[in-house]
Amino acid sequence: MTDLTNDFVAQIRDAAAAKAPLNIEGAGSKRWYGNPVVAQRSLATAGHSGIVDYDPAELVLTARCGSTLADIESALAERGQMLPFEPPRYAPESTLGGAIATALSGPGRPFVGGVRDFVLGMHVIDGKGDVLKFGGQVMKNVAGYDVSRLMTGSMGILGLISQVSLKVLPVPVATATLRFELSEAEAIRRVNEWSGKPLPLSASVWEKGILHIRLSGARAAVDSAVEQMGGALLDVSSADALWNELRDQTRHFFRDAERMNGGQTLWRLSLPAIAPVVTASQIPDADGQLIEWGGSQRWLWSAASGDAIRDAARQMGGHAVRFNNQHSGVETFAQPSAALMAIHRRLKQTFDPHGVFNPGRLYQGL
Amino acid sequence: MRQDETYNFFMNQPPKSSALIESLLKVLPAANLLWHKEDTAPYECDGLAAYRTLPIAVALPENEAQVQAILKACNQFGVPVVPRGAGTGLSGGAMPMAEGIVLSTAKLNEILEIDPLSRRAVLQPGVRNLAISDAAAPYNLYYAPDPSSQIACSIGGNVAENSGGVHCLKYGLTVNNVIKVRAVLMDGEIVEFGTEALDAPGLDLLGIMIGSEGMLAVVTEVTVRLIPKPPAARVIMASFDDMTKAGNAVADVIAAGLIPAGLEMMDKPATRAVEEFVHAGYDLNAEAILLCESDGTAEEVEEEIERMSAVLRQSGATRIQVSESEAERMRFWSGRKNAFPAAGRISPDYYCMDGTIPKKHIATLLNQIAEMEGRYGLRCMNVFHAGDGNMHPLILFDGSDEDQWHRAEDFGNEILEACVALGGTVTGEHGVGIEKINTMCVQFDEKERDAFFGVKAAFDPAKLLNPDKVIPTLHRCAEYGRMHVHRGRIPHADLPRF
Repeated sequence: MTDLTNDFVAQIRDAAAAKAPLNIEGAGSKRWYGNPVVAQRSLATAGHSGIVDYDPAELVLTARCGSTLADIESALAERGQMLPFEPPRYAPESTLGGAIATALSGPGRPFVGGVRDFVLGMHVIDGKGDVLKFGGQVMKNVAGYDVSRLMTGSMGILGLISQVSLKVLPVPVATATLRFELSEAEAIRRVNEWSGKPLPLSASVWEKGILHIRLSGARAAVDSAVEQMGGALLDVSSADALWNELRDQTRHFFRDAERMNGGQTLWRLSLPAIAPVVTASQIPDADGQLIEWGGSQRWLWSAASGDAIRDAARQMGGHAVRFNNQHSGVETFAQPSAALMAIHRRLKQTFDPHGVFNPGRLYQGL
Repeated sequence: MRQDETYNFFMNQPPKSSALIESLLKVLPAANLLWHKEDTAPYECDGLAAYRTLPIAVALPENEAQVQAILKACNQFGVPVVPRGAGTGLSGGAMPMAEGIVLSTAKLNEILEIDPLSRRAVLQPGVRNLAISDAAAPYNLYYAPDPSSQIACSIGGNVAENSGGVHCLKYGLTVNNVIKVRAVLMDGEIVEFGTEALDAPGLDLLGIMIGSEGMLAVVTEVTVRLIPKPPAARVIMASFDDMTKAGNAVADVIAAGLIPAGLEMMDKPATRAVEEFVHAGYDLNAEAILLCESDGTAEEVEEEIERMSAVLRQSGATRIQVSESEAERMRFWSGRKNAFPAAGRISPDYYCMDGTIPKKHIATLLNQIAEMEGRYGLRCMNVFHAGDGNMHPLILFDGSDEDQWHRAEDFGNEILEACVALGGTVTGEHGVGIEKINTMCVQFDEKERDAFFGVKAAFDPAKLLNPDKVIPTLHRCAEYGRMHVHRGRIPHADLPRF
């Protein structure tokens, strides 16, 4: 429970004066995500921790960026609430700031919402060392531009997110997981059809011919959905293990040493939910995918070039993210259009005029 | 228009205006450009009728290429452009500028695609909010955000304002339900924010575009998420003999782990005004009435209504009624939904506020408003989205009395400042526009306002798109601060008050 704001301001002003960029680090558990940062100095956020305000009846929690997700989730659990976007916990010390800056969301993303949907406001220290407050602690707020959302997922290139207010939700009363044996194409079709019906879907995953569906909500809603949808009911401990392995990416698929050593890279394809099956003729080695988010998030290993994978993703109406740092030199994220890149550059200039924060991490040269 | 009329118009205009009109006539059919006073007069204000200005002209493009051509022409002439949807906005966001044109999206009103499998609708910006749900109804799908103006307001306007409605707590705002926006920048460049997937590469520009009040780009296409229509819905109408108890009941419902589909509150003056108007059977002796709705499958609703009723009873509700039919549900809601017209019926004019505060301060704010009523000599009735703390105090006044209007404005500003002091915001869903531009000085300091100007310039470096809205200049804030001192009030509302 320490407030290091003044210390951060001093470090940032010093870095700006010395033209010595900073690498912002929380627990470092997502250091591999994004491009390498071109900076000698690092700014450690872990000490800036603590829940500043939490009132379960408001459904709002405010905490400093260095607070661990574990501490926040245990405070919420005590009051029967949760972080609805289920951020991955790559390490026990993973911080709130890292979760917000990367905006990585868990298995419930298409059904419950992502990180961006639950950020209500934040304190940001900009590249001049000024502490700026955007948004607030209320659900509805349209005063000024939604800068908090711009910062969410910005990979720390615009400013230091020092404190965040989040909307939280009650833990669902009931949960159940169903198992179906289905082909990839059939699984994608079925999950989209179910999504159009009033069923309490809260996650989906398809791997190796098996589709798992998680249902969460009122007891009566979950029970009647289980009856309607068929499939086999998974026992509670296997179900918990499954969704946690997906959320934290500890499942074997994500750490497949054989594929990694065979020169393949893990890619995250973000596609329209109903995009057809991605085949090996489109992307070499694309067989053996893991599909989440009702078809919107498709994971695959491939030795193909970054350009080939990005082209294929773009043609299907989405984009591809390189998910481990094997192929050095390949950008992590796809490039937006030239007009949007110009907006990116001007936003960077506004919030970080001296280029202090995380240079290169989102895009080279930014 | 006859040749000589056109000639006369140009003779009476400053040279820049006439040159602009000439150039716009090259890219737009004559019928799609209005510049005579009798034609442009209907566009002189939006839903905030107290502020009016006549623009040089009103352009009504029919396609994206025309939007592009209009913006390019205005960019070349350095003429500001004020985008306008259905004109139902309540904060003057679409109020014209005398030296600028209005770009209306009224003729861009086609539903381009409804895809039931992927649950998406692709829309032109002028499509009405309710028309989306009507078009999706055959598939048992709908578009969730339902601002009270949904019969008339357009999806482009909803994107500009990040519109809410009575179901936000459970289903989110516009920003949570729009996945992609296609738009034209002031220099004519076409851009796409978001994708057909759930995220886009780079910064979340879609997130900042939504709620930007037409200041960053002109929307030409919107892709929204459709969700399954809940097969059942029931609403509880609960009476309370004390406002604080009602406020606590709201907190108790949420703390019990329930997320109502709607959770609305009305105070006694509001209840009396609407009951006279709609005869919904409201409890006229109650100090506050709470409407608490559950939706979902029939079994789910039954389970939730039972839990909600138990909590409300525990919190001291003096009377609880649960809708037994769809007709009764609509009747219970009719009063809340007619609060604005009812205010219009008992008073020549009313001024609607839109602050949001943490729910725990609802009773505190209502007591402060009651005190202000005496001080300003004006009545105020209160309806609000209690579930998310979004208050809509309606200040009653007579607009034919200039002094009353000034008092109403000051009253409104003081309410908004009280919202900020309680940890809230000056606008929950109506936007800043021109109306709340002064109170933005209270909520944001100079550096934050500078950051807003920077965001604006990142999208619109020439500062021609709706440039005089939302963000107050330093000069304006200094003026506002001085005005406060004149009136003997505290200039810095961010300091605690007692």
